[in-house]
Amino acid sequence: MSIVKAASTRVPSSRSHRRKADPVKIASFTALLVTTFLMLLPLFFMVSTSLKSKREMLKFPPTFLPESWAWSNYTEIFDKLQFGTLYKNSLIIGVLTVIGTLLSSALVAYGFARYRGRGNQLWFILLLSTMMLPYPAIMIPQFVLFSKMQWIDTFLPLVVPAFFGSAYNIFLLRQFFSTLPEELFDAGRIDGCGELRMWRTIALPLSAPALATVAIFAFIYSWNDLLTPVLYLSSSDKFTLPVGMASLTSSRFRIPPWHLLMVASVLAMVPIVTLFAIAQKQFVEGIVLTGIK
Amino acid sequence: MYMFISPWLIGFLVFALYPILSSLYYSFTDYDIIHPPRFIGLANYTEMFGSELFWKSVTVTLKYTFISVPVQLLLSLGFALLLNQTLPLRGFFRTAMYFPSMVSGVAMSLLWYWIFNPQIGLFNYMLSWFGIPGPAWLMSPDTALYALIIMSFWTAGAGMILFLAGLQGVPASLIEAAKLDGAGRLRIFVNITLPMISPVLLFQLIMGLIDSFQVFTQAFVMTQGGPNYSTWFYVYNLYTSAFKEYRAGYSSALAWVLLIVVMLFTAIIMKLSNRYVHYEGGGRR
Repeated sequence: MSIVKAASTRVPSSRSHRRKADPVKIASFTALLVTTFLMLLPLFFMVSTSLKSKREMLKFPPTFLPESWAWSNYTEIFDKLQFGTLYKNSLIIGVLTVIGTLLSSALVAYGFARYRGRGNQLWFILLLSTMMLPYPAIMIPQFVLFSKMQWIDTFLPLVVPAFFGSAYNIFLLRQFFSTLPEELFDAGRIDGCGELRMWRTIALPLSAPALATVAIFAFIYSWNDLLTPVLYLSSSDKFTLPVGMASLTSSRFRIPPWHLLMVASVLAMVPIVTLFAIAQKQFVEGIVLTGIK
Repeated sequence: MYMFISPWLIGFLVFALYPILSSLYYSFTDYDIIHPPRFIGLANYTEMFGSELFWKSVTVTLKYTFISVPVQLLLSLGFALLLNQTLPLRGFFRTAMYFPSMVSGVAMSLLWYWIFNPQIGLFNYMLSWFGIPGPAWLMSPDTALYALIIMSFWTAGAGMILFLAGLQGVPASLIEAAKLDGAGRLRIFVNITLPMISPVLLFQLIMGLIDSFQVFTQAFVMTQGGPNYSTWFYVYNLYTSAFKEYRAGYSSALAWVLLIVVMLFTAIIMKLSNRYVHYEGGGRR
């Protein structure tokens, strides 16, 4: 009831004085309040449970706020579960992936944006079609390939492919490069710039927002990926965060340590939320541009 | 030009074309990754189509896809429509709805693993407010898949952002004109808004299908395909036969069927959508 009241007192005060409170808007506002509450509730419990003691996490009904705040959970996970190592591994792989993706995708996208020949068109269609290629369809031969190269249980299979460009990011950057005015490049050519130099000194500096978006996507993708590191990493000191976290639910524990699982989930979210906060505008635009979820 | 696109060309040959082709070859062999592959013709395929687990994985995956993808699309479109009005707290709502999509993969699985716990989890506790006795969710073969479907709705915010962008691209002048002609909200939505955002809808439909055909993390972290194979997703099946049972040949056959099915679905949807999807500047169909 109070929700409806809040909505009805708010809506008319915003702008439209001509019409009285629009019932559709009041209903929308109420619906949004309810769904937002439902959406945020799991997150709230994620944080709250991460601060509960081992005894309290098993209580039913669950307590909304911890009775005593067990901040030690956050240090315990680093002591007991090598959380620092997991974090470090994921960061190393994430950063290398970002570097690789940026370098290669920007180079390839430039090639596709600047040259519009017949062969180019064909390759571009091929590139687009690889976006639909399911990873599981190619993972076995890739695994065979990397194991022949002795890359199993190293970070190489997780990082090296990024240096050969990824279809989504190439597509996104190509769209962006295509919008750069031709005159800029003409000017560069008159000054005697080679293509590679024009790429570096004209195209790249003008594309900072698009590059930032690609960087964020590449990082998030690498940070959250489970299947690839599960395939390639076997020793626990090389595990990434998702692999280490997944192993927490395994039969090692008779009762899953919910409070620690929630600590892990909260900590895994930190870099992503930080990135989102820093680059919110570009992030949303980038999502719009590419449609990556 | 080739100098610039060569990284991708090499990558395409080494990491896509070569694997696809060798996967096709492996699918006709008996192969454990350690010993060289031995040609056995169509045996993998005949075994697959006779395998109970294969059909189980197909059923589970299709059921998940056909419920989760349309409902997610409807939810995210609905949220986007709600948020496309001038409302107080709009920015807050948008961020809050999108927030769950940032908790992806394993962290989300762990969180919902707890939420669905029948004894201490949040879900059954909330149901108890309404006097509904909650089921055992992930522990019962009747409900485990539905639990995962419910969980998938939690990330509808990601699709919402895309729809919002699409809605913002609908020219206000068109809507004003329709209003002057006396069109109601529903008419405007059906005749103007929906055709204008149809490319976004199509894109999300295809990507949603491809994603849900590849569900792995949830099955790996939360259920290990159980209980009683009720969440035995296709890619989980593929992963298990390749990397737990070391049957890379058989698994490659599974991979090729997945590839064909994805291509088929995409082609059919594209074909059907030709008539309905409206592209600005594109020819009228």
